[in-house]
Amino acid sequence: MKRLFPAPWLSLALWLLWLVLNLSVSPGNLLLGALLGFLAPLMMAPLRPLPIRIRRPGVILRLLLLVGRDVIVSNLQVAWGVLTCGSRPPRSCFIKIPLDLRDPNGLAALSMITTVVPGTIWSELALDRSILLLHVFDLDDEAQFIEHFKTTYERPLMEIFE
Amino acid sequence: MMPIWMEIVVGVLLVLSSLFALIGALGLLRMKDFFQRMHPPALASTLGAWCVALASIIYFSVLKSGPVLHGWLIPILLSITVPVTTVLLARTALFRKRMAGDDVPAEVSSRR
Repeated sequence: MKRLFPAPWLSLALWLLWLVLNLSVSPGNLLLGALLGFLAPLMMAPLRPLPIRIRRPGVILRLLLLVGRDVIVSNLQVAWGVLTCGSRPPRSCFIKIPLDLRDPNGLAALSMITTVVPGTIWSELALDRSILLLHVFDLDDEAQFIEHFKTTYERPLMEIFE
Repeated sequence: MMPIWMEIVVGVLLVLSSLFALIGALGLLRMKDFFQRMHPPALASTLGAWCVALASIIYFSVLKSGPVLHGWLIPILLSITVPVTTVLLARTALFRKRMAGDDVPAEVSSRR
């Protein structure tokens, strides 16, 4: 079973994705989706993805909502920054954030969050995963930003992945 | 037939989305350096895409009088794929600027 389905969650997600994309649960589509869910993880196995355990669904949901809110707020801030950049140039800079999260899957999720939020860009991760270099579009208060970053994104990710 | 207030909601969402895409493009034009310029295009791939997806979900759900939810796959797939190119661009720019001796932070990894 483990050899046939090395990543059961990925298989399930691909199967559901196929059905939702086709908007049908006809036997043919059920079969094609199942085939996709079966073959894709087998072809990805040589990449040696790290096994993932889904824990704390409540925390995942809360994190998604918080990220959604931050994306909207950051969208408005960047849009305002673009419109007013003639009179007040945005205070862009790099900041170093000390990380406590070490799990590779968790860090991948963190990099997704930081790039999806328009105001921040993941720039570099130290080899020992202890420091993150982040580019911020308009930085107001560095200490406050790091505090927000660690409590809103990093701590829930540690609860989910570690 | 679609009620008029529904048409207004869909219309407002579509205009909002194009507005965000426009501001993103404007930002690409007006920002000064490479890293600053990487931020505004994210407007189009986040709120811009979200508003279009929501508008399409509402429009087709009302038209077919049943939930047509697969529009949400667009924002989900975008949020998986966009970070790949963004991180790649940021890393490359950082590498090249360090090579050229520009004013960017030094490597954060400590040498062993």
